[in-house]
Amino acid sequence: MTSCQADAANIVFDKSTDGSITLTSSGSWTVNALDNVAAVLEQAVKKYSHDIICWELSAVERYDSAGMALFIHYYDQLITQQCAIELIGATQQHQDMYRLLRRYIQEDKTPAPALSFRLLQPLHNIGKASVAFVQDIMAFLAFVGESFISFLYAVRHPGSIRGGAIVKHIEEAGVRALPIVALTSFLIGVVIAYQGAVQLEKFGANIFIVDMIGLSITRELAPLITAIVVAGRTGSSYTAQLGVMKITDEIDAMRTMGFEPHRFLVLPRIFALMITLPLLIFFADLIGILAGMFISHLHLNLSYTEFFNRLQTVLEVKHVWIGILKGPFFAWLIAAVGCFRGFQVSKNTDSIGRYTTMSVVNAIFLVIACDALFSVIFTELGI
Amino acid sequence: MNSSVISVSELVTMFGQSVIHDGVNLSVRRGEIYGLLGGSGSGKSTLLKEMIMLLRPASGEIRVLDKDLSTLSVDEAAQLRRRWGVLFQGGALYSSLTVEENIGIGLKEYTDLPVTLIREIVQIKIEMVGLPATAARLYPAELSGGMIKRVALARALSMDPELLFLDEPTSGLDPVGAEEFDKLILELRDILGLTIVMVTHDLDSIWTVVDRLAVLGEKKVVAEGSLTDVLANQHPIVGQFFKGARGRIRSQHGK
Ligand SMILES: Nc1ncnc2c1ncn2[C@@H]1O[C@H](COP(=O)(O)OP(=O)(O)OP(=O)(O)O)[C@@H](O)[C@H]1O
Ligand SMILES: [Mg+2]
Repeated sequence: MTSCQADAANIVFDKSTDGSITLTSSGSWTVNALDNVAAVLEQAVKKYSHDIICWELSAVERYDSAGMALFIHYYDQLITQQCAIELIGATQQHQDMYRLLRRYIQEDKTPAPALSFRLLQPLHNIGKASVAFVQDIMAFLAFVGESFISFLYAVRHPGSIRGGAIVKHIEEAGVRALPIVALTSFLIGVVIAYQGAVQLEKFGANIFIVDMIGLSITRELAPLITAIVVAGRTGSSYTAQLGVMKITDEIDAMRTMGFEPHRFLVLPRIFALMITLPLLIFFADLIGILAGMFISHLHLNLSYTEFFNRLQTVLEVKHVWIGILKGPFFAWLIAAVGCFRGFQVSKNTDSIGRYTTMSVVNAIFLVIACDALFSVIFTELGI
Repeated sequence: MNSSVISVSELVTMFGQSVIHDGVNLSVRRGEIYGLLGGSGSGKSTLLKEMIMLLRPASGEIRVLDKDLSTLSVDEAAQLRRRWGVLFQGGALYSSLTVEENIGIGLKEYTDLPVTLIREIVQIKIEMVGLPATAARLYPAELSGGMIKRVALARALSMDPELLFLDEPTSGLDPVGAEEFDKLILELRDILGLTIVMVTHDLDSIWTVVDRLAVLGEKKVVAEGSLTDVLANQHPIVGQFFKGARGRIRSQHGK
């Protein structure tokens, strides 16, 4: 004899000497009190087939749908195992509940996926990921095409350019980013100056610190660091903004009212960032060089006048221009990727997080790749 | 034991400076289907949220299942929450879970039932609320408005709670679906002895399933009681609500 004592629901099964089996259930068969009953019935189902079973039900106080679903589940299973079951003392509530659930039970049950299919799953996943990657690129090209068309439209109809929105985005992405850009470029200046100072001091070539700081900051570091900060700050916020608008159907509403999302949302952001980033880079140039000058004075006893004189002779203005000219390209990449990923957000909250992350990662990667391309081009051109 | 499952007395609700309820009184009896009526913005959803402890009233007392909501300990509150199911006006499905997972999440978290059984129960609920079985694998973003309502109902019913709060369950359903829904609610109430509080604008539901109702207006309950009691009430808001064209057509046809 096996029995179990749940909170309220209970079932006992009993095999008498003549081989007849009696199941006796009692208590309240409700969702929070079923755990042990399920375990006991699971055993019973394993043990009995082609048997005659008496199932005594009169002591059950109450069923809810979980309790009744459990009853039906094991009842059906015993029947499929060729047991003959006689139900005794079913209450009115039992019958009502039974009829209610029977009406909604599905006959056909979909089997679990076959083993061979599960073994092939990794290949399946790789294939899916590759297709998704190609589709992603196609979608991005389509997006770029679309925004180019709205750009052409804006060129032909300059009145349609959303000046107010551009100014708002410039403030958001530019003015508000000044403190963090200042801080990062200051620290970069400090790091370069320190590292350089240690090496140059060995050769007594202190003055060359100026060449090093001036060139590396303006040509490479300020554009790159600023672009990375902006990608993290503004690229992600573009994705999140557009993503939420997508989820709340705002973008569809705009389309139906004739407000082209590209014209109203994407172009102002791209324009704003293409204006902002070069300015931020120039700002970062100044702060970075200032930080370098400061450290050189402290560490190498280089006076500010000496630093300035040297800077004027070694830092040709073209280096500054090259750094600043990278700005619009980086800005376009960051803003386009940010908006593109925002439009890809589908109607669930997970995807905002996923696409925001992707937008930042993609933007930073593309910025660095683009920077490498510039290096190659400028070297080949000899500038 | 008190026969009223919910009693609200002298409830005052404010959002900042604006007063939404000013002295609301009502009581819901065990085993009845109780309708909350009122125009848009009359504070029905807000009242519902206060009953399920999502909002705290500025003053007044709410007792649910013999517990005073303002003096509950954290544990008591957690226990109480498991005794009711809620259908939100907008569905409020978990967008990162499938339909099946949305409905089964309570069973999965709060019981140790075998997974196959949980799936079966979920499947039954899906059928019960009139969704096709193929909907089980879909995400909320892939559902129509009416389907979202049905999934939300299935989720509210998943644990067979003794108390069910429904915020406009039939809005967004087609007339056939709404009628089936009403039948289901009645059947569940009769078999399981549920108590149901529902916000509704659906005159059909009001006629066929609601036992007693309260009409909210002017920041108070302007009428409470069975439909005949409420119809006998002379208050202008009640008049507008039921004696408009649609109400008249319905009352000619009777029950
Ligand atoms: N979070 C909130 N902050 C400020 N005011 C609110 C807030 N939630 C609701 N309100 C106000 O409370 C009032 C009642 O809102 P509630 O959602 O309860 O209306 P309702 O009766 O459910 O209307 P409907 O039938 O349209 O659903 C409205 O005037 C609304 O503007
Ligand atoms: Mg509402």
